[in-house]
Amino acid sequence: MKITRTGGIAALALVGALALTSCAANETPSGDGSSAPESTLSGTFNGAGASSQGAAQDAWVAAFQTANPKVTINYEQTGSGAGRETFIAGGSDWAGSDSALSDDELAKTFGSCAADSKAIDIPTYISPIAVIFNVEGVKELNLDAATLAKIFKGEITTWNDPAIAALNKGTTFPDTAITAVHRSDDSGTTKNFADYLNQVAPEVWDQKPADAFPYQTGEGAQGTSGVVNAVTNGSGTIGYADASKAGSLGTAKIKVGDEFVAYSPEAAAAVVAESPLVEGRAANDLAFKLDRKTTDPSHYPLVLVSYSIVCTEYADAAKGEFVKAYIGYITSAEGQKVAAESAGAAPLSADLAKKVADAIASIK
Amino acid sequence: MTTDTATAPRVLPNAFTTGKLPKWMPWPILAVSLAVALGGFGLLAGATGDGFNWIAGIILGVVLFVVANWVIARLVEGARQAADRLITSLVTGAFVLALIPLVWLTITVVANGLPTFLNGTFLNSSMRNVVGEGGGALHAIVGTLIITGFAALISIPVGLMTAIYLVEYGTGRLARGITFFVDVMTGIPSIVAGLATYALFALLFGDGVRMGFAGSVALSILMIPVVVRSSEEILKLVPNELREASYALGVPKWRTILKVVLPTSIAGITTGVMLSISRVIGETAPLLIVAGFTASMNYNPFTERMMSLPVFVYTQYVSPGTDAEFYIQRAWAGALTLILIVALLNAIARLVSHFFSPKLGR
Amino acid sequence: MTAVTARITAKKRLGDRLFSGGALAAGALILVVLAGVAIFLVAQSIPAFLIDPSEIKGSPSSFWAYVGPLVFGTIWAAALALLIAVPIALGISLFISHYAPRRLAQGLGYTIDLLAAVPSVVFGLWGAGVLAPSIQPFYAWLVDNLGWFPLFAPPVSGTGRTILTVAIVLAVMILPIITALCREVFLQTPKLHEEAALALGATRWEMIKMAVLPFGRPGIISAVMLGLGRALGETMAVAMVLSPAAVISFVLTGPQNPTTIPANIALNYPEAHGSYVNVLIATGLILFVITFAVNSLARWAVARRKEFSGAN
Repeated sequence: MKITRTGGIAALALVGALALTSCAANETPSGDGSSAPESTLSGTFNGAGASSQGAAQDAWVAAFQTANPKVTINYEQTGSGAGRETFIAGGSDWAGSDSALSDDELAKTFGSCAADSKAIDIPTYISPIAVIFNVEGVKELNLDAATLAKIFKGEITTWNDPAIAALNKGTTFPDTAITAVHRSDDSGTTKNFADYLNQVAPEVWDQKPADAFPYQTGEGAQGTSGVVNAVTNGSGTIGYADASKAGSLGTAKIKVGDEFVAYSPEAAAAVVAESPLVEGRAANDLAFKLDRKTTDPSHYPLVLVSYSIVCTEYADAAKGEFVKAYIGYITSAEGQKVAAESAGAAPLSADLAKKVADAIASIK
Repeated sequence: MTTDTATAPRVLPNAFTTGKLPKWMPWPILAVSLAVALGGFGLLAGATGDGFNWIAGIILGVVLFVVANWVIARLVEGARQAADRLITSLVTGAFVLALIPLVWLTITVVANGLPTFLNGTFLNSSMRNVVGEGGGALHAIVGTLIITGFAALISIPVGLMTAIYLVEYGTGRLARGITFFVDVMTGIPSIVAGLATYALFALLFGDGVRMGFAGSVALSILMIPVVVRSSEEILKLVPNELREASYALGVPKWRTILKVVLPTSIAGITTGVMLSISRVIGETAPLLIVAGFTASMNYNPFTERMMSLPVFVYTQYVSPGTDAEFYIQRAWAGALTLILIVALLNAIARLVSHFFSPKLGR
Repeated sequence: MTAVTARITAKKRLGDRLFSGGALAAGALILVVLAGVAIFLVAQSIPAFLIDPSEIKGSPSSFWAYVGPLVFGTIWAAALALLIAVPIALGISLFISHYAPRRLAQGLGYTIDLLAAVPSVVFGLWGAGVLAPSIQPFYAWLVDNLGWFPLFAPPVSGTGRTILTVAIVLAVMILPIITALCREVFLQTPKLHEEAALALGATRWEMIKMAVLPFGRPGIISAVMLGLGRALGETMAVAMVLSPAAVISFVLTGPQNPTTIPANIALNYPEAHGSYVNVLIATGLILFVITFAVNSLARWAVARRKEFSGAN
């Protein structure tokens, strides 16, 4: 049969290609012990979950693997929900998630954890969410929660609306239609954005915050990249995205108290540090109930917290040791600095970092 | 007798060329139409002060040409010839129209991908321990070749044998059923194929399983119907006279299929097979679910996560770091690599089919 | 035609039995695989029909209210894509098989085959980043001037990420598939048929109409079905390009567009948990049923015209 000969030749070419490229230039073969540091960790470990912390995870993994050359870490950006499900089913060693475990999920049996032990949430990645816009001739934009909510709800439809003008004295707005771009996929970013509007302007934003955008208005785009792309390429557009991806787009200042506050990592971290924990959780569970109604102008309440979900006690001791080392690294001052540089994250405040370190120390 | 110059031999009309437009006739018509349309829009632009709308000019020019060509042909050559010319214009027009997005897309990919593709590290490095600039897609290239290779090893024999069964052996309800269900199979969305494969492998190997081979199985679900459908159509077109001639010489049926039917249709089958590989080699969704994601090399399709080029492109695009441009550049370079791999496979397959197909007059 | 060849086989040799057995086994394997996928889909879908609809995204009144716009969007987008792609694909195939000089034709055919391999992610990148912004002014013009026409009802999308853009992207994606198969089928037209038509004085178009198209009809339908399969099942490109909403609307240029089932699964699956996962898989089952129905229709259409088609 001729076609199998085609296959044979293709297979030959494939084998040839493999032989030629026996190993990637940047990967030292393991077993070459000449420069191996004292690290005793080895093996392949897998995490899965939120794509919001994907860029930070890339940087953390790279740094951790450099320090521990025998370790291979894979972080799959499957999304928070899928990440939690995979972790609960025992398919991964830890999960990244934009929301903490729900009570229903805590009632389940965790596949990777030792019998009768549960999982805890540890905040590892804090990032401000920026309101990005692209309007011809407009460089700066001040908004309060009610106006922002009305724009995204479709109640304010043109840029020269009096409500916007009232907040921006001295700026002239064009008579163009507003295209409000929201996430078309379910995401923690949408949930946090909606949570802010719902807490601060509940009379306008009357829907319970959820991963999905609640109203049938505006335009949808997939993922942070999609929203940034749509806002950049459109005109009269406004959207919300992880602040590190805003690029050269204009970002709006948010009214906090009596002032308009631009996003900054410090202001974002401050909100998390002063928010209460979710009640009724295990001792070291650090799930936050973010308080976005702050009136302190040194706070930026439009913030996303992404957690690492880990077992309190692992069935496999080697995995426990790895998770302890890895999560310990990413929440350390050094790890947070790496995330700030490579993904624009807000470092954990000193106070919070200590609580996190205590929680990690308890992992077995 | 004086010769009468008035009755000089009359030039006989050439029966083959009368009432026909010369072959080069469409070209001046095209030129005039374009000139009229562009000139018109130029005047309009001058009159209104707006920008010169050359796209609309060209579109109008082409429409003018099609109409003018038809009218002239209708007047000189008659209705049948005019219809022929009209269709020729339309067919050529469809071709040019389709080339626009295809060329546009190709240029976008090449222009964005080539610099990174040629930067030296892209083809010999993985993404392990790489943040920001540098790094490469070797792990993804190897992964794609292995996963697609296994998918092809499963799909081509199964698909081709099924097509042979349907055309040469199958009769009655079973064959009709298979044909029908193969059609249904073409409609399985790739993400469902991934989910179903994951369910199967989770049953066999436990939850959270990821392996390259599972990716191959998921791709096979998508690939088999394309192989069957295209091969079946091509096998059906092999003239029965050839089969009957072979039987008449006492050749058994299976040898007839191997030596007569398959070689006759080898070019078409190769096209179909390459089409099926092209169809699945760029699949992202199922591989994301069953083959997973890794930044490191993995040559073993039966353990652990394995990267592939589409997943590479997708993750580079979806979660860029702070230096987003390097990630986007890598994404385009990954797409370019994928196209080049298919080009290479296509070239090999063409050579093979050219070598084996019987020499016909075509 | 197969019935005729089957009757010719008088004596069953060992090779024959092995070969036909193998062929049969391959066919049966396909049925098994498909049954496996179907069982998976049905088993995972059952909870979706039983849950409280308030658990579904957007809290629709029932499961069917959730699925309705998706079914509409899937069929609408695929139909638009086919409407654009099929005439063009037939044109290209005929151009390559019967109009272009042979050398040029081979090169062109080769190039178009390659484009079938462009990953859908790249179509998504191109559609969202290049095509949508470039075509938006045209949509704005359409809505301004033809807004009275229901398909172009205002308001216009500010970013160009509409169902029409998706249909164009899908059409470009399925063009290579339809073209490649149609071209092969047209090239297989018996030379004698073509020459007979020409010898009777037919023009090239009449020859194509009389010899090439009837001969290729089942092949064309197969090719279109393959293209339709890809258009119905396309996930990433639609998810990346479309601005979706849960609406049933024929408007081609507006900001809220009905979305397709696979794109909806891709967008919501990563964050889905609990019974919502079952709902998404149930929509997959419905897509399966749609494909089933469309294929039956196509089969029926081909079967009706069978006596006029085929080589023998």
